[in-house]
Amino acid sequence: MWTAVCKYSQLEPGRGVAALVEGEAVAVFRLRDGSLYAVGNLDPFCGASVISRGITGMRGDGTATVASPMYKDVFDLATGVALDAPDVRLPVFAVRRHRGVVWVAPDVTSQTAAGAELLTEPTLVT
Amino acid sequence: MSPSQRTVLVVGHGMVGHRFVSSLLEHGHPAPDVTVFGAEDRPAYDRVRLSSWFEDRDPASLRLEPYSDGGVEVLSGVAVAGVDRAARTVTTADGDVRGYDTLVLATGSRPFVPPVENHQAPGCFVYRTLDDVEAIAAYAAEPDRTPTPTRARTTGVVVGGGLLGLEAAKALTSLGLKTTVVEFAPRLMPLQVDDGGAAALQARIAELGVTLHTGTRLDKVVVGEDGAATAVQAVRGDDVLAIEADLVVFAAGVRPEDSLARAAGLDVGERGGIVVDSLCRTEDRHIYAIGECALAADGRVYGLVAPGYQMAEAAAAHIAKEAEDRAFTGADTSTKLKLLGVEVASFGDAFGVGDGATSATYSDSRRRVYRKLTIAPDGRLLGGILVGDAEDYGTLRALVGEQPPAAPEALLLPAGTAGAVSIGPCGLPDSAVLCSCHNVTKGAICTAIHDLAGQGDGQDDGEVTPKQIGGCTKAGTGCGSCVTSIKALIKAEGGGGSSGLCEHFSQTRSELYTIVRRDHITGYAELLAKHGTAAKGVTDGCDVCKPAVGSILASLGGLLAEGEAKPHVLDGGQAALQDTNDHVLANLQRNGSYSVVPRIPGGEITPDKLIVIGEVARDFGLYTKITGGQRIDMFGARMADLPKIWQRLVDAGFESGHAYGKALRTVKSCVGSTWCRYGVQDSVKMAIDLELRYRGLRAPHKIKMAVSGCARECAEAQSKDVGVIATERGWNLYVGGNGGARPRHADLLATDLDEAALIRTIDRFLALYIAQADRLERTATWVERYEGGLDRLRSVLIDDVEDRGAELEGLITAHVEAYTDEWRAVLEDPVKLARFATFVNAPQAPDPTVAFVPERGQIKPLLTLGRR
Repeated sequence: MWTAVCKYSQLEPGRGVAALVEGEAVAVFRLRDGSLYAVGNLDPFCGASVISRGITGMRGDGTATVASPMYKDVFDLATGVALDAPDVRLPVFAVRRHRGVVWVAPDVTSQTAAGAELLTEPTLVT
Repeated sequence: MSPSQRTVLVVGHGMVGHRFVSSLLEHGHPAPDVTVFGAEDRPAYDRVRLSSWFEDRDPASLRLEPYSDGGVEVLSGVAVAGVDRAARTVTTADGDVRGYDTLVLATGSRPFVPPVENHQAPGCFVYRTLDDVEAIAAYAAEPDRTPTPTRARTTGVVVGGGLLGLEAAKALTSLGLKTTVVEFAPRLMPLQVDDGGAAALQARIAELGVTLHTGTRLDKVVVGEDGAATAVQAVRGDDVLAIEADLVVFAAGVRPEDSLARAAGLDVGERGGIVVDSLCRTEDRHIYAIGECALAADGRVYGLVAPGYQMAEAAAAHIAKEAEDRAFTGADTSTKLKLLGVEVASFGDAFGVGDGATSATYSDSRRRVYRKLTIAPDGRLLGGILVGDAEDYGTLRALVGEQPPAAPEALLLPAGTAGAVSIGPCGLPDSAVLCSCHNVTKGAICTAIHDLAGQGDGQDDGEVTPKQIGGCTKAGTGCGSCVTSIKALIKAEGGGGSSGLCEHFSQTRSELYTIVRRDHITGYAELLAKHGTAAKGVTDGCDVCKPAVGSILASLGGLLAEGEAKPHVLDGGQAALQDTNDHVLANLQRNGSYSVVPRIPGGEITPDKLIVIGEVARDFGLYTKITGGQRIDMFGARMADLPKIWQRLVDAGFESGHAYGKALRTVKSCVGSTWCRYGVQDSVKMAIDLELRYRGLRAPHKIKMAVSGCARECAEAQSKDVGVIATERGWNLYVGGNGGARPRHADLLATDLDEAALIRTIDRFLALYIAQADRLERTATWVERYEGGLDRLRSVLIDDVEDRGAELEGLITAHVEAYTDEWRAVLEDPVKLARFATFVNAPQAPDPTVAFVPERGQIKPLLTLGRR
C-alpha cells in the first residue's frame, strides 16, 4: 500500500520530514540532487523519533547518508545500515514521486512496491 | 633521438647549462655521449643565491643537484678557446680537441665594467662567481698594503643600483663595510621599478645605513700609494663627489658572453648575443645557444634564470627527440627578490606600456610600501610592481593575463587593511603558472600534491613537502619565489595531514571563512562547488561541514547582506545546513523533545516576565530549571508546540536566547554598584549592554561572558570566554577563560579600559576569534594556541599592529545593525512554521515516543532505552 505523504515541493532540499505510514513514523528525505529516501524515524541508538531531523550528506564513495541529531550516528539512506555499527540498521521504505506527490510504502523489497504503477491521481492524507 | 646529434658538447656549466644536461638526460639521451665544459674550477652552482655564500661561506650549499646519471663527463676548470664549425670540433684552452655532433653554447654573461681610470686596480671587483665573492671577502678582511698596514678595510662602493648592485651592497654591508651605491639612472632598479617603487625602496635601503647616490656617474677609481683603490670620484649634476672606497664592486650590468660564437663566425646581435631561433638553434644547425649568451627569437637577451631554463628545455627537447613543442618564443621577466631585507617584485608589464594600459597604485611612505598594478582596457591584469610588501607576488604574477577575481584596488591594499582582498594561491585558476622558472601551473602542482598524499605510508600522515613537489614537477626549484605559494597549496589541498574540515573540504574552518568573506559566497552549494569536492562528483557534504559553513554564513550574514536585510539562519538553502537545534531554534533533549530558553539579559528580569515564564511552563507542562547563565530553561517541549510557546513569549517581550546556537549565550553579572556595598561599577548595565550587542552572533562555538562589579568577582568572569571586572578607573578585560571539563583561567588582556575602549576591544576579539578559530573550538584553546601568544594577541587587538581593527569592528557593527529576533521572524513566516509539524501528513498527531512521568512535582522524560 502506498501512502501519499506530502507534495514534493514541500520537501526542503537536503532535509527530511517525519510522516506517518500505516501507523509507523517514517523519515522522508529529499536530497540536494532531488533524490528521495525513506527510512524509519526511530533512532535505534536512543529510542527517540528524530532521524528526520538529521543532516543529510554524501560520502566520498557517493553513499547518501543521514546523521542522527541525537548522538550523530550516521546511516546509509539506501540500506539503513549504521556506518560505524553495521549490525544496527534502520528499516528502509519504498519512496516514489508521482505527479508532484511523494508516496511511501512499507516494504522496499516487495515487488508490488518496486514495480508499482501509480495510476490514480493521489489524494493527500491531511 | 637523431643519431646525427648523438655526441653533445656543452660549453658553460652555469645554471642553464646544468639544466640543459639534466633535461637532456630526462629525455633519455645517453649520459656517456654528453660532455660539459665549465670554465670555473667547480661544479655547477646556484648563482641566483650567490649572496647567500656570505651567510655560511660554504660553496657546497649552493651546489646544484648532481646529474641523475653519473656518466656525464663534467670538465670543470676547462675553458673552451675555439670552435671549428667545419670540422665540428672544439679546442680547449689546454689545446685538447673534441669532436661534436651537437654543440650547445651556454656561456652566460660577463660583467660590464665601465672603462674608467683604474678600473682594474687592486680592490676593484666584479660580482658574478663564487671566486668573486671569495675574493671580495678575503680582500675586505686583509689589512691594506700601505707601508704601515694598520687600517682595516672599512668602506665599499658598489657601482650600479640594479638587482645585482643591491645584492653586492648587501654583501658588503654583511662584511661590515660602510657601503655606498652609485647609480647612473635617476633611481634604483631602473629596469624593474618605477619612480614610486624606487622611492619606497630607497627609503628602506637608506634606513639600513647604505648611502645611495642616484643620477650619479662614476668618473674614476682613486688609488693610493700602493696602487690599490681608496676612493671613487663621481659626478652628480655639477657636483664632483669623492667617496671613500677600500673596495669597489662593479655591478653595472652584464654583456652576453658571445666571443666564442663571434670567433666562429656565427651571427650575433648588434648589442651582443648569439642569434638563435625558437628552438635555440643558431644559423649552424649543429650549434645551439641558450641562456644569457643567446639573443632569443623575440630579439631579446634574457638575463634571468627562468627564461634560461625554458631555453634549456627547448633545446634539450629538440636535440633529444626533435620535439618542437617546447619552443622558446619569449618569456616573462618577472622577478621577486629580497634586497637588503626589502622585498621587491616586478612582474608582467610592470610599467604599463601596453596600449591603453591603466594602473592603480597604493603608496604608503610611512611604512615604505609601494604597490602598483597595471590593467588592460578590458580589465585583465597586465603586471605590477611591489616594494616593501610582496607577500602575494606569486599569486598576483600568476594572474597576469587573467581577469582578477577582485578589484585591483582591493588587491593592492596590504593584508589586514579593511577592504583588502588577498587571493592566495588557492583562489587561482588551475591554468595559472605558479612557478615561472619551470612553467608549472597550479593545476600540475595540485595533481602532484594529491598523488604524493595518496602515497603516504601512514607513518608520517602522508605529509607532502615542497621539496617532494619540486622532485616531481620542478616547481619551486628555480628562484624559489613560489615556495610560499606551494606550501599554501599543500596545506589547502590536504597534503599537510588532516587539517581540513572533513572529506568534503580540505580547507580549515578559518580558511573557508576567508574564502566566503573574500568571494562573497552566500550559499553552501556555491562553496562546495568552487572549493569543495563537488567538482569531483561528491555533490553533497556532511553533518560536519554543513553546520560549520552554516555558522560561517551566519557570522558573515550582516556583512554579506550589504544593505539588504540580513538572511535569517533558516532562510533559503541555509536551513538545511543547520543542526536540529538551530533548525528548530531549540535544544534537543534525550527523548526527542526540546528545551526553550528566552533571553534574560544580564540575568535581570521583571516580576511580570517571571510570571509569564511560569505561566507558559505551566500551560505547556514544561519542566523548569534555573541555568548557570542566570536564566530559566523550560524542558519537555514537543516540536509542534514550539511556535505556540514562542508566540506567548514574544508577545510578552521575550526574544530568542540562542541557547541552541554556537553563539553568544549569556552575560552573567553580579548586582554591581547599584545595590552592592562593595561594587565600584554598574556591572548589570554593562552586562545587559554587552548581551544586547552580541546576542545572536554566530561563532565557531558558544560564547559565554560575565561582568563583575568589583574585584571580589562574584560573576566568575575569569572562567568565561570574555570576562569583564570593574576597577576604580574602568574595566579590566579577561579573555579565553573556560569552565567545563578543562577549566582555564582567563588571561588579562587589558586594564582600566573606558567603556568605548572595552567594547572596541571585545568587538575585535570576537571578530578575530570568528575569523580564525577551528570548528567547535572555544576561545580558551584558540587563545592558547594563538601564534605569538597573548602578547601578540594584545598587540593585534589593542595596538592594531596588523592594521585590521576597522575590519574586525566592521563585522560586529554589521551584525549589530542587522540583528533581528530569530523567533519573531519564524512566527511571521508560514513556510518556516511548517517545519515544526510532528508528521508532515498528520501535523497535529502526537509523537508517541515523547512521553513523560512525574518527578519531584515536575515531569521527566519516559525513556524507552538509553544511549546504547
